[in-house]
Amino acid sequence: MPADYVDWLRREGRIVIVGASLAGLRAAETLRAEGFAGELTLIGDEPYEPYDRPPLSKSVLLGKASPHRTELPHRREIDAKWRLGVAATGLDLSAKRVKLADGDEVEYDRLLIATGVRARPWLKADEGRLDGVCLLRTRDDAADLYQRLKAGPRRVFVIGAGFAGSEVASACRETGIPVTVAERAGAPLVGALGGVIGAVAADLQTENGVDLRTHVTVTSLEGDSVGRVRAVHLSDESVVEADVVVVSLGSVRNTDWLTGSGLGAGPRGIACDAGCRAFDFRGIVTDDVFVAGDVARSPHALFGYQFLSLEHWGNAVAQAETAAHNMICHGADRRPHLWMPAFWSSMFGVNIKSVGVPPMGDQLMITQGALAERRFVGVYGYQGRVIAAVSFDNARWLEFYARQIERGAPFPVEFPTMDRRPEGRQPVAADFPDPSLPTHGPTVTLTGYSPADQQLVFHPARH
Amino acid sequence: MRLVVDLNKCQGYAQCAFLAPDVFAMHGEESLVYNPHAPEEQRERLARAVAACPVQAITADGLDGAGEQSTGSAQEARDAR
Ligand SMILES: Cc1cc2nc3c(=O)[nH]c(=O)nc-3n(C[C@H](O)[C@H](O)[C@H](O)COP(=O)(O)OP(=O)(O)OC[C@H]3O[C@@H](n4cnc5c(N)ncnc54)[C@H](O)[C@@H]3O)c2cc1C
Ligand code: SF4
Repeated sequence: MPADYVDWLRREGRIVIVGASLAGLRAAETLRAEGFAGELTLIGDEPYEPYDRPPLSKSVLLGKASPHRTELPHRREIDAKWRLGVAATGLDLSAKRVKLADGDEVEYDRLLIATGVRARPWLKADEGRLDGVCLLRTRDDAADLYQRLKAGPRRVFVIGAGFAGSEVASACRETGIPVTVAERAGAPLVGALGGVIGAVAADLQTENGVDLRTHVTVTSLEGDSVGRVRAVHLSDESVVEADVVVVSLGSVRNTDWLTGSGLGAGPRGIACDAGCRAFDFRGIVTDDVFVAGDVARSPHALFGYQFLSLEHWGNAVAQAETAAHNMICHGADRRPHLWMPAFWSSMFGVNIKSVGVPPMGDQLMITQGALAERRFVGVYGYQGRVIAAVSFDNARWLEFYARQIERGAPFPVEFPTMDRRPEGRQPVAADFPDPSLPTHGPTVTLTGYSPADQQLVFHPARH
Repeated sequence: MRLVVDLNKCQGYAQCAFLAPDVFAMHGEESLVYNPHAPEEQRERLARAVAACPVQAITADGLDGAGEQSTGSAQEARDAR
């Protein structure tokens, strides 16, 4: 890349960002902050300016924030051309052009793709269209669900006990609404945190009055004569009457619009290198197409160079900043996106946080507090080193464990702690379900080789 | 005024809830809930909360660059590690 090209790009080039949400906005701000003076276009299919999603399943459902007022604050003026309410429908890599749903085409010199994910809809489309069947991803979804909860439904039924589904159940209980949760796995949050922690989450739900059904799947949704949902049928032959059904089955990556573009994009997201440059379908890195946020999957040195696909707020921000930086600088100044994965959730009054990649862990050790008190830190080990940690109402320890993960500290952890530790010093199996089976909303997906596959050893740094 | 709290950074010290109780509240022992759209009359309290958060987790706009400054320095700190 001739150096003068980058100088020209920074001065008067055209940068297009597709996906006008958290990652798109933070990338735009970083571009300007780092001196990009050219033309900047943000394309988003939602008619709204970038807003924040985590409050939608928390403060909004509790009535503590309006679903229409979660717009993200701006860190600075970005002087961009906004194309909101219009989807990108295609990409011509060689002509460097993005096609839009309204027939327009937008040319770019560099492109950032930040199209995120959407909620996975109910598998039977006709049942999914019944009045009262809801998804929760967008602010319109949240406004609709909030109205329905406010109307005082007799019972809410949540399909899928990942983080989002569990947060919905929590909001229902807190506002006094009867709620049933169905989960295919043995407990809530199993895909994200494993069976040991999942059991704690299960107790938390049942003690708060959630009618929790595990090891079951929903077989059909039944409507009444005017097309409103009225009952849910389960694989154990039980039937639950409900007038609101929240489908919380994880997400689908927004890559359909890239079909046929030649980019390495598919149902698992868009593969990119650690510098956020997208791969084409041949596995060759592009130099003018970048990716960030939920739609990206990128290799991480700390986690065996697995391609991590993270549905984490903090990842969207950090990856957007790195992508934006790399888009407008010379090769030698580029930075890798080696963000320490971190996630939070809050349900039934408990603050849940994690660092690292729990689903990669095979063993778990409770190092602080106690499971029974729901105030603890659990550390995940993988092949003799610390790979992740989770806390329930004990977040102040996580920074420490993040450093342990960075150092590749040995597992089981060797240091004594002052806390009582009824769980003892012994690690136990973390009890993740078979990775080949679908779970709901694990929020971290390992899309490289399987950690269970011991035959494949990858040493990219050795020559 | 719009605001967002980076809840990865937030350590639940409740300093913000003390300074701007109409915007921030603790929920349970250590979760923070907040209204991402604070009413205009909260401007001064919000500015104080932004400035006082020990981990600079709060970004708000229209506060004379306070949010910008806090996110910028946190980013640098992360990169420097
Ligand atoms: C209810 C809920 C609760 C959450 N809670 C937490 C939490 O507690 N902690 C946490 O860490 N994370 C949480 N998250 C996840 C977090 O919100 C995401 O990681 C973050 O939004 C990712 O940002 P993004 O910009 O990559 O993608 P998105 O926010 O998904 O944005 C992508 C945007 O691109 C648009 N788009 C898609 N296709 C096209 C196209 N073809 N053309 C134009 N535009 C397009 C989409 O409509 C969308 O606006 C939560 C998410 C939800 C939905
Ligand atoms: S002051 Fe900062 S760290 Fe404390 S609760 Fe508020 S946002 Fe969190």
